[in-house]
Amino acid sequence: MTDTKVNNMSKESFRRQKSREEMQKQLISFGLMIVLTLVAFAVVAMDTFHKGFVIPFLFLMAIVQAGFQFYYFMHLKERGTGMAALLIYGGVWAAFLTLAGLIVISWW
Amino acid sequence: MAQAHDHSELFPEVMPPEPEKATLEGKNKFFGIWFFLGGETVLFASLFGVYLALKNSTAGGPSSQELFGLGLVFIMTMLLLTSSLTSVYAMYHMRNNDFKKMYLWLGITGLLGIGFLACEIYEFAHYITDYGFTFRSSAFGSAFYALVGFHGGHVLFGICWLTTLLIRNAKRGLNLYNAPKFNTFSIYWHFIDVVWVFIFSVVYLMGKVG
Repeated sequence: MTDTKVNNMSKESFRRQKSREEMQKQLISFGLMIVLTLVAFAVVAMDTFHKGFVIPFLFLMAIVQAGFQFYYFMHLKERGTGMAALLIYGGVWAAFLTLAGLIVISWW
Repeated sequence: MAQAHDHSELFPEVMPPEPEKATLEGKNKFFGIWFFLGGETVLFASLFGVYLALKNSTAGGPSSQELFGLGLVFIMTMLLLTSSLTSVYAMYHMRNNDFKKMYLWLGITGLLGIGFLACEIYEFAHYITDYGFTFRSSAFGSAFYALVGFHGGHVLFGICWLTTLLIRNAKRGLNLYNAPKFNTFSIYWHFIDVVWVFIFSVVYLMGKVG
């Protein structure tokens, strides 16, 4: 075997190792998303907490879970995804303005 | 592979570590899907805003507390969340150049999506037949079916997209031409799950709280 071939093979096994570690992180984030979902359902099912606490809490759970999806499942934390992040956060910003506008005109 | 045009660069002997972004077309597809999803975010935000504004306008019809049952919504959430994980597995095998395992996991993703859609159809049929709650019942009804139905439509579109991809590429094996296609679908599918996270939180859970 030539040196370059050996080098390619070790590169490949290194990449596979990295990939496996990445998959473990994704499994952990899946577990955390399940936990967040269970907590959100449990808080509503228990029916013991005040509305003023439950509603902001549900928003928080949803936003954290969306973050896990974006960064781990959709690979936004990898290098070279700056433009993709800019586009989606541009959308999130416009979405926030839309929601804020509709909520303000309907609640006051 | 070299027939009328030479596309040999799409079929390398050793696959690059990120086959979905190894070609210019792959990079453009990655950029394009995120651009599209940025727009989709605004579209769903508008539907959420309308729903929040109209959810108490029941016009004497059934309210969200009377209608919603948490059991079915929990099952639907688990189906869609698991399908998100299975498509992560599919992309993991794509990067390891394992075409068969990628197909297996994409197939499971599609089946879970169909399961989700079946639950949603059952849910809507239950509201219509048992409560007479339709798109025309009240402003709440219109806003509810518009938002949740639009998400369901996205799931249906995703299943059709996936089925087409799986049939069209079944005999091609993995190459730099179709790897970006599978990856683009996977990102879209995760986004559909992100939207569902907000639907189960804002529509169903908050609907139960009142």
